[in-house]
Amino acid sequence: MKKTNAVRREPFTDAQLLMTITIAIFIGMYLLAMIFLGGGFMHPQQVIDMLNDNVSLIVVACGLTIVMIGGGIDISVGAVTSLVVMSCVLYLNGGGNIFVAILLALGIGLAFGAVHVFLISYLEIQPFIVTLAGMFFARGMTTILSVNPQKVNHEGFANLRDAKIEIDWLGYTANNGNLIPARIELGVVVAIAIVILVFILLKFTRLGRGFYAIGGNQQSALMLGINVKRTRFMSYLICGLLSGISGFLFMMHTGAGNATNAAGMEMNAIASSIIGGTLLTGGVGNVIGTFFGTMTLTTIKKIVVSSGLNQPWWQSITTGGMLCFFILLQSVVLSRRAKKKKKT
Amino acid sequence: MQEESLLQMRHIMKRFPGVLALNNVDFTLRKGEIHALMGENGAGKSTLIKILTGVYQMDGGEIKVEGENVTIRSPQDAQKGGISTVYQEITLCPNLTVAENMFIGRDEKLWVRNKEREKKADEILTSLGIPARARQQLGDCSLAVQQMVAIARAVDMKCKVLILDEPTSSLDDKEVNMLFDLMRDLKSKGVGIIFVTHFLEQVYAVCDRITVLRNGELVGEYLVEDLPQVQLVAKMIGKELDELSSMGEGVEKKTVNNEVFYEAKGLSSSDALSFDFSIRKGEVNGFTGLLGSGRSESVRAIFGADKVNSGEVKVNGQQVKITKPIDAMKHGIGYLAEDRKRDGIIADLSVRENIILALQVLNGVFKPISRSEQEAFADEYIKALNIKTASRETPIGSLSGGNQQKVILARWLLTHPDYLILDEPTRGIDVGTKLEIQKLVLKLAEEGVSVTFISSEVEEMLRTCSRLIVMRDRHIVGELKGADLNQAQVMKTIAGGESGHE
Repeated sequence: MKKTNAVRREPFTDAQLLMTITIAIFIGMYLLAMIFLGGGFMHPQQVIDMLNDNVSLIVVACGLTIVMIGGGIDISVGAVTSLVVMSCVLYLNGGGNIFVAILLALGIGLAFGAVHVFLISYLEIQPFIVTLAGMFFARGMTTILSVNPQKVNHEGFANLRDAKIEIDWLGYTANNGNLIPARIELGVVVAIAIVILVFILLKFTRLGRGFYAIGGNQQSALMLGINVKRTRFMSYLICGLLSGISGFLFMMHTGAGNATNAAGMEMNAIASSIIGGTLLTGGVGNVIGTFFGTMTLTTIKKIVVSSGLNQPWWQSITTGGMLCFFILLQSVVLSRRAKKKKKT
Repeated sequence: MQEESLLQMRHIMKRFPGVLALNNVDFTLRKGEIHALMGENGAGKSTLIKILTGVYQMDGGEIKVEGENVTIRSPQDAQKGGISTVYQEITLCPNLTVAENMFIGRDEKLWVRNKEREKKADEILTSLGIPARARQQLGDCSLAVQQMVAIARAVDMKCKVLILDEPTSSLDDKEVNMLFDLMRDLKSKGVGIIFVTHFLEQVYAVCDRITVLRNGELVGEYLVEDLPQVQLVAKMIGKELDELSSMGEGVEKKTVNNEVFYEAKGLSSSDALSFDFSIRKGEVNGFTGLLGSGRSESVRAIFGADKVNSGEVKVNGQQVKITKPIDAMKHGIGYLAEDRKRDGIIADLSVRENIILALQVLNGVFKPISRSEQEAFADEYIKALNIKTASRETPIGSLSGGNQQKVILARWLLTHPDYLILDEPTRGIDVGTKLEIQKLVLKLAEEGVSVTFISSEVEEMLRTCSRLIVMRDRHIVGELKGADLNQAQVMKTIAGGESGHE
């Protein structure tokens, strides 16, 4: 028998294992794309564009991961994002202030989160139904605000939108000999900061561990002395807040509002979380995995497009197939592990 | 001999709609003692525990901890007051690490210091001799270890009163002993332990004192030395139990020589290794062995409850195929599953609906049983089996364990089976009901029904079975009958002693 203080590596937890698989698959897939499709995939800008185009998905997926770890679900995030975009666009076009617009975005997100969680936690209604209602409500509000697409005409905002970090050495030389630097949008910085913050929240704070506890076994969490209602309240609130941020980032990326913005984003976010190793049953998940889940999903779509399958349904079909594959993989891996444990 | 009293509950009253669950109950726990709380199901043990842990509010009475009045409104209150509970079902989070499970929800700091926690957790685990590592995921530990982690948590919370509610029901003997060692260790450190269990032997193995409840009333508090086991049982069920002690010899277990009803050769399933088995009409036999020795898996294979892989099966001398439960039912075989909550009752349905379930399945969807017939059946069996229920329309989930079990029994009896397999029918139910079920088994056998009876309690099987099949490591290792049917021989065979079998 060894002494317990000897450094001993514990086997991967389920969450870590699933996350590692996702990262490995992402890297493998990207390498394959580089080898067989070459072209765009060889440029660093490709990866950066994947980030640029998906900042709001990444942020929303972070929020969903938190809620899903806590054993809940929030399918309103895409619609809330859309509502935030439209509200901010109209507000800015009416001559508003950028900072107030940011506060507006956060406020809308928080308000949705708060109403949801009130219904879920204190009136004990199914989260799926509550957030489904929230989704319809937000979509409806967006359409009321404006049926037609709106473009932002605001000077301050234009500066913000065009602010990009340029990195020369990651760039490439175009055909005409000009050096085109790699361009990273401001939103990417925000999104990555959020991923890191959420990572810290989940791993090192009382609240974060509480999310895992209530997702793992709500009754136990209660018995262990965790304030289950408050913890759940916080998970939806943070998710709402992140939806608000996501909306603002979406506007920064597109510079326009449209009632069909971010359509289906909630489903992509759920898919990203699941691919990243979050279990729908709660208690297991990791935000780094979610980040790579988003990237995996995006890579698949890029690969589909690069392979010449331009019709939009191909993306949906491959996404569906991929999701199926991942869930199958997860259940196979987890059940094999469970069997192994039983034997030892 | 003025021992320091740690916890005093005085004149506790608790009323539920229609029932007086606790009537003027007193309970005293002293420092450094292990105190068994005994009673049949429905005697009020759980209610008393739940009042103490803040799950229920009492309607009257007072609770004193170390001489001071306390009010307990929630599990958190109880924990703060130094009262910790370890339940039968593990109330920890399997997806977190051992260390987290020990500390979560306690230290109210914003930031979690994993390193510190793990170090501290390891120290506590080592000091209590619990074979777990702080960074392990709790779900990876065995049930016994999980339970010990729960105890470690309680101990570290400086609990003065530790309540163990049926902690041993899912543990094997070795694990039970580990748990007992831990309990004795805590006792020596001055912790008062309330131990609730159905296993009488365990009470005598570790406890100092026994408090007996019956029908929500206090029967008395006794020192273990003053209350022999037979007396304890008598106190619990409220009558002198000549029957119980006499039953061992009294009932003649005729080794019947009727024709063979069921015969299997090389039967195996996804969970059971190939085995041969046969049973005669009107015979009661038993499968015994340690938990996990394959006894349940074997009978499940007979019933077709798991995926049957191979085997020749004859019923009444005719070759038949039994791969699904419905096949077995059609050949007159009934199976009362081991896990009552999971495979037996449908908690939200009424007693009546639960009773007619198997018969309805057997008849098929297109031959519904009329309401009046259902009611007649239900009433008949509620009376015949003495099922204690408010009415036949009461949801079965609200009955006590023993009565739920009787309902499930009624369900099978209603199909008039030729062969009934009872897998742990007496687990977690009170002595009185156990006895009734044993009697019922013998009565059925007299009527010509073959019965296979499985129980963790060997005495019970010796009392009812005329033939015992002993299993070890998923193989049949012996068959005992006649003079060999005694506890020593069974134990020897299970353990694989020299004289077990050839």
